[in-house]
Amino acid sequence: MSSTPQALNHAATDSPARAGVSDQAAGLPWRAGIGLKPQHFREVLATRPDLGFFEVHAENYMVDGGPFHHFLTQVRAHYALSLHGVGLSIGGIDPLDESHLTRLAALIERYQPASFSEHLAWSSHGDAFYNDLLPVPYDRQTLDRVCEHIDRVQERLGLRMLLENPSTYLEFEASTMSETAFLREVLKRTGCGLLLDVNNVHVSCTNHGHDALAYLRDLPLGEVGEVHLAGFARDQDAAGAPLLIDSHGSPVDEAVWGLYAHVVAKLGAVPTLLERDNDVPALQTLLAEAGRADIMMGAQAEPRRCGHYWGGA
Amino acid sequence: MTGATALGDSQRQFAAALLDPQRAAPPGLRAWNGSDPAARLAVYRNNVVCSLVDALADSFPVVRQLVGDAFFRAMAGLFVRESPPRSRVLAHYGKEFPAFVVGFEPAAGLPYLADLARLEASRVVAYHAADAEPVPDEMVSLALASGERMGELRLGLHPSVNALASPHAVVSLWAAHQLDDDGEIEPVDVDLPESALILRTGLEVLVLPAPRGAVEFVEAVRGGLNLGDAAVRAMAAAPDFDLTTTLTLLLAHGALSSIHLPPRPSS
Repeated sequence: MSSTPQALNHAATDSPARAGVSDQAAGLPWRAGIGLKPQHFREVLATRPDLGFFEVHAENYMVDGGPFHHFLTQVRAHYALSLHGVGLSIGGIDPLDESHLTRLAALIERYQPASFSEHLAWSSHGDAFYNDLLPVPYDRQTLDRVCEHIDRVQERLGLRMLLENPSTYLEFEASTMSETAFLREVLKRTGCGLLLDVNNVHVSCTNHGHDALAYLRDLPLGEVGEVHLAGFARDQDAAGAPLLIDSHGSPVDEAVWGLYAHVVAKLGAVPTLLERDNDVPALQTLLAEAGRADIMMGAQAEPRRCGHYWGGA
Repeated sequence: MTGATALGDSQRQFAAALLDPQRAAPPGLRAWNGSDPAARLAVYRNNVVCSLVDALADSFPVVRQLVGDAFFRAMAGLFVRESPPRSRVLAHYGKEFPAFVVGFEPAAGLPYLADLARLEASRVVAYHAADAEPVPDEMVSLALASGERMGELRLGLHPSVNALASPHAVVSLWAAHQLDDDGEIEPVDVDLPESALILRTGLEVLVLPAPRGAVEFVEAVRGGLNLGDAAVRAMAAAPDFDLTTTLTLLLAHGALSSIHLPPRPSS
């Protein structure tokens, strides 16, 4: 159990954030956002689309200077920011990379994101980095390791992080609990919040023969600080059963929109990212998907604080 | 600690299987429907290698155009398996790719390929290099009026500056591939030596064709030589080296971020 870190995300349904606290500790605006892509930098600044927030992968901005920092600084002056890490390897058996935590702390200091999130996965082992989100067995040893790592992240960065549920293609014989039970326990022990990736729910449940609605019912949705929506690709396993791949390379599937409707019915408006990392389409296409999420949340009709959120850099 | 060790073994075996397609799937994996887990492990194997090959394809677009997509992906895939990233920051993954290309036998018929890869790697470095203001004009004028002590001037290069000298016409070759899709690529005599400076001015990365002497001069300055010694070094390597032209080229593109005369040694 960690000491309660200074909250950056107040995600719980009944937290003061929901009552309209308008400072940065309130987390991301309760609207849809999109990933900030280099090919859209200039258009975003020229057109200033009406969006709740932008999200970036932290590791892409761990460079000394140049256009990435130039444009992110300008975008940040007009939008709330979600910082999403892909390289911490929280599920790894190796100790956390302290120099990576230092780089994250520097980015957080510089850009003052409204949220920081990472994955329930590992991505490096020994001195190799695999650039993928790799699966962990759901057992006691892994639980202890993951909680230790999250405690350290929250302590070092001085914030409450969000942990994302993974897309997985395999299960482990060593697992002794369900993914949802594992996540519940991590949230309880570390006090971190949940980044609910609804596409990952659909992908993993399809890949492992689970019921996605039951999966959602089994999670503490009150701890959700952000939702991710994305597209997947279709493959099949050795027995010909569907195997969905979390590709982030296509529009959100109708099945995922359906699950999202359940989440919104339960939670109301929630910061929702439309994720697209491969075959990135025109900005307008991403904005249209974000618009659909906003309509489903009813966010556009309500004069919430988030509509007026202009996080100063 | 038995449990933790078992977890460590499991992850170590999984990691080893990711980059080795010949290796059997590690024990302890399962699928809900009893299907062979190896087919599912293949998704991870594919994700790892493909995402890293894609990263290299982004960094080396002209190398890819020159050898074709299939050849590039095969070559890059071997590099990935041999040299997976050592950093979680992928921006500079591929620094060692040009050296791999040098020794890649199937590409031996394209002797200029590795230097072209070097040029493209330098462009990535320049793109993400630290920001620095170019040295102000008045400071340059003042420094260049140092009279007999001018040779003692210390030049500071902009962090993005890299120099490249090749026995092949890789600068022309690279430039020819910057045309739009329909543009005809001019024939290039690849056996002519060429050199270039690669740097970022503002937000743009430039590839400036430059005489061999200018490249030697920049490398000498980077190595810590003062202006005079760097000029001597450049002249030795390229008898046609011209200091004025070189300084003009560097200053015109913001390649210098500082210039100063060190204090006279006390005697």
